Amino acid sequence: MTITALPISAHPAVAGGLQLEVTKVAVQTESIVTITLADPAGRKLPSYVPGSHLVVQYGSGVNAYSLTGSGNGPSDYTISVLRVEGGAGGSVAMHQLSVGDRVQVSRPRSAFAPASTATHHLLVAAGIGITPILSHARAAVERGTKASLIYVHRPAAGAHMAEAKQLLGPGLTALIECTDRGSFEKVLTESLTTQSLGTHLYVCGPTAFMDAVLDQARELGWTSARLHSEAFGAAELDDGEPFAVNLVRSGLRLEVPAGVSLLETLERAGKSIPNMCRKGICGDCVLPVLRGTPLHRDLYLTDEEKAANTTMMCCVSRSEDPELELDL
Amino acid sequence: MSITIDKDPDIAVLPERIRRFPFPFTGDSYRYSANVEPANKTVPTDAGAWGAGLIDIDEFYLPELADRDQILTRDPSRMQVLPHMRPAVWDTIATLLPTMAQEYPDIMSFHREGNACRWQNTLQGLDIEFTVGDDDSLPMGPLRFLGSQIQDDIVLLDVRDNTMWLDAGLVSFAADWSFGFDVGMNFLEIHHPVPRVKEENIIRRAEQFLLRLQPGEQFRRTNWTMTIGQRLDTSTETYPEWGPDRGTIATDPALPNKLHLRVEVQHLIRLPHTGVLLFLIRSYLLPLADIAKVPAWREKLGHVLAELPEDMAEYKGIIRYRKAAADWLLAG
Repeated sequence: MTITALPISAHPAVAGGLQLEVTKVAVQTESIVTITLADPAGRKLPSYVPGSHLVVQYGSGVNAYSLTGSGNGPSDYTISVLRVEGGAGGSVAMHQLSVGDRVQVSRPRSAFAPASTATHHLLVAAGIGITPILSHARAAVERGTKASLIYVHRPAAGAHMAEAKQLLGPGLTALIECTDRGSFEKVLTESLTTQSLGTHLYVCGPTAFMDAVLDQARELGWTSARLHSEAFGAAELDDGEPFAVNLVRSGLRLEVPAGVSLLETLERAGKSIPNMCRKGICGDCVLPVLRGTPLHRDLYLTDEEKAANTTMMCCVSRSEDPELELDL
Repeated sequence: MSITIDKDPDIAVLPERIRRFPFPFTGDSYRYSANVEPANKTVPTDAGAWGAGLIDIDEFYLPELADRDQILTRDPSRMQVLPHMRPAVWDTIATLLPTMAQEYPDIMSFHREGNACRWQNTLQGLDIEFTVGDDDSLPMGPLRFLGSQIQDDIVLLDVRDNTMWLDAGLVSFAADWSFGFDVGMNFLEIHHPVPRVKEENIIRRAEQFLLRLQPGEQFRRTNWTMTIGQRLDTSTETYPEWGPDRGTIATDPALPNKLHLRVEVQHLIRLPHTGVLLFLIRSYLLPLADIAKVPAWREKLGHVLAELPEDMAEYKGIIRYRKAAADWLLAG
């Protein structure tokens, strides 16, 4: 089977992104492959913040994968993908990529950035969660900040260890590998109780794992400002549910698909709506709502105005109801 | 003394400083708003256009940079970099120099291999090599060097603890504020003196907007005030030099030539590698005599100045002469 190298249409999550070519596929473990992507014309790629992820399109779906480099002036992007049997199909499709295939990706997005004021980065990863943690380790070494890394994984299932070991030195001062829960808990407790005040903790892995590490840190007196965990998409608005709008004065009914804003839908229908920021802050694209409950996602309307449900910002806000009636 | 005003100017013969001026008013009144828009979009005006690119180089390039150099030599407090902001300074250089080379390919070029860079700027007869991350590779240090290449003032805001902190910058042309005083403050503290905006929740909204910008995104806004004389440095530090003019300009017959509309085009850029917010302030001065050469500008500015509420006029420092300026403009 071959997968479609060039999707017919770009998913909204990768719109305005990059089309890259697979330049290398390397097997990390039985279930993890590392995929290197580069510009087909050899151009430089945008730098990214350590801990960033790429949204990658496969078929009609998208998945987010952490970038493993430091992000400083990269000529390629490297992601590692764990094959998840019985998932939505993204990881299986990624595992079928081969050199020369083209993929549509977003620009790198940052939701797990290092704290610039940290005096030490304590990096904790489980399983495939090593990917953004490796990015942090590389960046710390490059910037001359100190870091230490604890990596827990099942026996023979650790990824990127050879690269991590190469980073050991004045920057990455410790690299501890654990293959069983008991030894990990001992190492973690030791680390959490011996850090100086300027240390920041970064954790990536399964949700339950991250929660356990963060809970223990809080119990031991770590403030939330010093705790960082990977949270895909937390900084961005989700695509939302599809809904319809009924434009009463125009006698038009329009469908607003998931991932497409109401403003874009109106513009595509030939409506000219004043707008400026397209981010829900400037207030220019306000629309009068006659019926239905808008799902307010803007930063412009006051709480009272939002509760009144008589206006909405069509660049970011959507609908709680299947249909909204607008005075347009 | 009499001022000649062209009643019906031919736009094409207006000098560049007028045709490229970012006249900020679209109506006859002005209020604070979160007036942000995506960068790099041409804005047509009644006299020409502005805003096609990120870094604007104009006829004042060399004199303004010479002015900045003298200011920094006289008062080193105008440039400060807290230690954790060093990577952000390099991120700024690695972002802006390639942009300039792209926007001005005939006069500038930038090449990078790994961290080794070469920058050529024919306006200054400059051809230098440096290494990203190595402060010693640029003779005057990275931030002062960047400040010698662009006319914009540079402010770097670190993003942490769910807000932004003014932790580095080079600001030689502050309009009635002190960079040195603000270093280390957070976003709300910096904007504390601005009237109305707290009540209107503008700062909080602007802050949330900026925190959500993704690395690489570029937005901009304009701001304005008035300046007496062709001087960009109206910082708190030099107040004794420019402050007294505010009390005498209203009755000065040379008001139309001495009083300038000062417009700042402010770019808001989330830097790609550090995620730090780069805030560029590019300042333009145009005397009322020039404004009056564009009838629509003369009327709009006249009405804006006449209508501006007292508290805003007080904060902008124009309260003692704004009526004289409005009267002159509207009498045209």
